[in-house]
Amino acid sequence: MEHITLLIGIVIVTALVFDFTNGFHDTANAMATTISTGAMKPKVAVAMSAVLNLVGAFLSVEVAKTISGGIIDEKAGVRPEVIFAGLVGAIVWNLLTWLAGLPSSSSHALFGGLIGATLVSVGTHGVHGDAIVMKVVIPAVAAPIVAGVAATAATRLTYRLSRGRDEKETAKGYRAGQIASAALVSLAHGTNDAQKTMGVITLALVTGGVIAPHSDPPLWVIVSAGLAIALGTYLGGWRIIQTLGKGLTDIRPAQGFAAQTGAATVILASSHIGFALSTTQVCSGAVMGAGLGRKGGVVRWSTAGRMVIAWCLTLPAAGLVSGGAALLADQGSWGVAAVAVLGLGVSGAIWMASRRKPVTSENVNATAPAEPAGVVTAAMQAVAPPPRLNGAGGPPSAGPLAAAAPVASVATVAPVTPAEPAAAAS
Amino acid sequence: MHIDWVALGQVFGVSVLMTVGLVGVFTLGIVGTSGSSRSVAARAGAYACYALCAAAVAYGIVLIVGK
Repeated sequence: MEHITLLIGIVIVTALVFDFTNGFHDTANAMATTISTGAMKPKVAVAMSAVLNLVGAFLSVEVAKTISGGIIDEKAGVRPEVIFAGLVGAIVWNLLTWLAGLPSSSSHALFGGLIGATLVSVGTHGVHGDAIVMKVVIPAVAAPIVAGVAATAATRLTYRLSRGRDEKETAKGYRAGQIASAALVSLAHGTNDAQKTMGVITLALVTGGVIAPHSDPPLWVIVSAGLAIALGTYLGGWRIIQTLGKGLTDIRPAQGFAAQTGAATVILASSHIGFALSTTQVCSGAVMGAGLGRKGGVVRWSTAGRMVIAWCLTLPAAGLVSGGAALLADQGSWGVAAVAVLGLGVSGAIWMASRRKPVTSENVNATAPAEPAGVVTAAMQAVAPPPRLNGAGGPPSAGPLAAAAPVASVATVAPVTPAEPAAAAS
Repeated sequence: MHIDWVALGQVFGVSVLMTVGLVGVFTLGIVGTSGSSRSVAARAGAYACYALCAAAVAYGIVLIVGK
């Protein structure tokens, strides 16, 4: 390892930081509804997910051949500076969406970052536009539709089959089933996403001449990538877990099971058939589908709308940040140092901002995120049949719109009580 | 640009069928085991449903590992 230059070292550390934010960001995909239905305690859920991510990192035999799946032309002159700039953009966007509590694809952030950095450093010939459509746009558009339809149908079916049964009695079974589905999603995540970081580090090592081209990643790369993603998963992006588990729709055990099983099935089926769909979009779509599948279930469309906006922005925004970073990093050593300092500064600022309204394992289930009932939500509630048993919404006879008002006011007043920072400081 | 609509259609069909099938089978298992006055046949059927789901999970692990 004596040949590792400072720059390669910085790229490796940055890649591991990205890996960490990746785990941090994607815990919600596997565990959000598992936590919100009470199938598992928050800490236990993220611990299980972390272990499975770690196991997944070691399971996969085949290392990602190209870090970007052919979107950027890695032979066209991708230098460590470009990879570094790409990673910084991806990390910044991951942290920003985490602050907003929005699930967005870490892969898209990485692709966007690499595309932006490549465009600036190499030029347009370094990026394959067709591949962006094939590998990013279509999988992202198809994912929530496929998962949503599957979860809606499954939710309808399971409510029909279990009709007349006591919900308390069946909940135990649903929760057990949900744990199995969530475990599969976690394991699949570990095999996929830890690989990307291994690919990035291996590419950096190859470009630096430390290891021969086409060689397998050294063991320490596998171990550190696995540990970084597991640590990120364990620390848990509670903000995103809250949005996905509570914010989009109210999830009951039967719905959680249907959503989680749908997500696991779609992820595995799509990667097996060879048309991999975006995991984040699959999981979010499945949760929305489960929300639509229950009679009286309400999807908060304003939250869903913000989520979709974040999805659309992920690639260009990460690309923009990385493009700027690449411009700076191309200036030489001081530029790289400036990017590193700026990246740390922005990350620190985002973290500080998150401290103002911390979301932790303690309060992840306690409150709905601040969510004024948007116009679309109100309209959908007016059209949809009113909930039969709406605990927070007062008597059903008050009408759907009246029922929506108290929910909204509670949500805006009580996202975090002043007592929380003490718990969060630990 | 070539978009593989057939593969996408397959993903859609397989995903929906498998999800609905698995959730349905598992729900039958829950219905068969919940409640105390269930007959032996219902319980046996329920356990068969659970076994089928367990097999599906095992197949899922095989798909993940064997990639």
